[in-house]
Amino acid sequence: MQTKNWTRRAFGTFAVLAALAACASPPMVQTVQALTLSGAGATFPQPLYEKWFYEYNKKFPDIKINYQGIGSGGGINQITKKTVDFGASDAAMNDEQLNAVGGTSKILMLPMTAGAVAITYNIPGVKSGVKITALTLTKIYLGEITKWNDKAITSVNRGVTLPDLAIAVVRRSDSSGTSFIFTNHLAAIKSSNWKEKVGAGASVSWPTGIGAKGNQGVSAQVQQTPGAIGYVEYAYAAENNLPVAAIENREGKFVLPSVASVVAALDGTKYPDNFRVFIEDPDGKESYPIIGLTWLLVYRDNADDKKGAEIGKFVKWALTEGQQYVAPLKYTPLPDPLAKRVLKAAEAIK
Amino acid sequence: MTASSKPQIENLTTGSGKLQADTIARWLFQGAAFLVLAVLVWMTVVMAISAMPAISKFGFNFLIDKTWDPIQEQYGGLTFVFGTIASSFIAMLIAVPVGLGIAIFLTEDFLPENVLTPIAFMVELLAAIPSVVYGLWGIFVMAPFIRAFETWMNTNLGFIKIGDKSIFGTPYGPGLFSAGVLLSIMILPTIASISRDVLKAIPKSLRNASLALGATRWETIFRVMLPAASSGIIGACVLGLGRAIGETMAVTMVIGNTPQIDTSLFAPAYTISALLANEFAEANEPLHIGALFYAGLLLFAVTLIVNVFAEIFVRRVSSGRQ
Repeated sequence: MQTKNWTRRAFGTFAVLAALAACASPPMVQTVQALTLSGAGATFPQPLYEKWFYEYNKKFPDIKINYQGIGSGGGINQITKKTVDFGASDAAMNDEQLNAVGGTSKILMLPMTAGAVAITYNIPGVKSGVKITALTLTKIYLGEITKWNDKAITSVNRGVTLPDLAIAVVRRSDSSGTSFIFTNHLAAIKSSNWKEKVGAGASVSWPTGIGAKGNQGVSAQVQQTPGAIGYVEYAYAAENNLPVAAIENREGKFVLPSVASVVAALDGTKYPDNFRVFIEDPDGKESYPIIGLTWLLVYRDNADDKKGAEIGKFVKWALTEGQQYVAPLKYTPLPDPLAKRVLKAAEAIK
Repeated sequence: MTASSKPQIENLTTGSGKLQADTIARWLFQGAAFLVLAVLVWMTVVMAISAMPAISKFGFNFLIDKTWDPIQEQYGGLTFVFGTIASSFIAMLIAVPVGLGIAIFLTEDFLPENVLTPIAFMVELLAAIPSVVYGLWGIFVMAPFIRAFETWMNTNLGFIKIGDKSIFGTPYGPGLFSAGVLLSIMILPTIASISRDVLKAIPKSLRNASLALGATRWETIFRVMLPAASSGIIGACVLGLGRAIGETMAVTMVIGNTPQIDTSLFAPAYTISALLANEFAEANEPLHIGALFYAGLLLFAVTLIVNVFAEIFVRRVSSGRQ
């Protein structure tokens, strides 16, 4: 009998709960007729996108945007198969990928923001701001320069005592937009043979070093290893106060990563109509050299007109009102002329 | 309550109801067993189909090729197979003796039961920690200790060499050795707790008989208890090994992710599962995706071969005793 009593009580509780749930849910559905947009892709801009979607939802409670940071490649795949409403990628689609969706007359690639890749290091007794030339950086990652007191490094760092310490190279093991931007820059250094030896991409065959997972893995590895050098997203380096190197740009100046120096690099770039440009080694004296844009991938004609209109509205909001959230997260707002052109292009979204 | 359920029970045991219930139960259990088989076959087929671009291009060369270059589209799986087997081997080398020691300690009466029970509980709790937590702990807490140990080994034993390269080479911190140590901690609860259960299940009379014949405690443990429990203990080790081979997240975070076969125990390496975790998200080209699936099939094969060998081993041991 005891069992039966217990069962009955449990049933009773269930029934009450079910009734409560039944009462509670219909009004909620009625008050908020939420439209959900789904997107997937790059992890590099994910913190900014999530901030944007959150603020946008606060302002327009009837629009909810879900974003999955599954990687740029995944973003391109999913938008091609139309399993998401928009994709996001750190690498603009190549011709082959564009053909698969019917070319730029069908799909728009909208740059939303830019970010920099910072070079961080751990040299005991040496503060942030060590200068590294473009060629030296490639040689360190090729395993050709192996000591911090190598002439190539000491000759541009007068006044800094660099120890006789082995350089421990650290790199990303997971394929990522950060690696893509970094290797693209190394491949663009004309005096180096990086392009022939390694090439550029989200995952490459690294000649040397230890692979660590994610920005966090790289920075942990660098902090623990005296003599280590690694590359991380600038936003991550700034948030965690990591020491960063000043990198020689195309004009021979050493520039630290900052929002201002990335803006300078963006200003010095010419953008084609489809916005597909990889800023491998930007012009300009003030430009930080290792930067990249990140794109939203959106169909011009969406099957669901309502969704299309909402995506257009969001892009407009992000590039105007949403800009206030960009710099605090250490991403770079697009320069005005570029933002205006992107806004114009976004009007085509239906 | 009893009145209403009684006729049903009778139906099951007598008359026509018996046959029906029997048949239904048989079909249900058979279905469950075949479902597992079907899922396994289905997975293998899907993986093989996705791996086709790589299989048709590289064939069996994939098994002996050491390059992995997504830019040049040249793929080989040897370094990953090596890393997978080597890291699991190191893990077993540490975890089996330690795990067995724990199991013996927990089944003997060295300490009162109310002290042993919490210890046993905590060992089992190790199994409940998510692997990403192990990984984070590995890079932030364990790696510095490992590096100190590696540095010591390198300066004192660095002269031990294979060819002209040291076995205890440059200390990096993350690498094959770190991954092995971390894995050993992760599989320890599996080995310790199952072995303990097996040892506990041995009839008391066996131990008493051994002691009565004048054997010491240690003679009883090594000559009577462990042989009697051997097939169960090996089973525990196989389960632990299975986890070590397949473990992904924690290994990725501490192994250094470099596709190479180095003589140094401390050099960074790469496992198949870490490779999949690292590169799958951004793989675009059919050949790259195919190569990753091909590597997945290899992992499948490695696990299968290890299990088959373990099974044969268990049979040998248990039939040898009888």
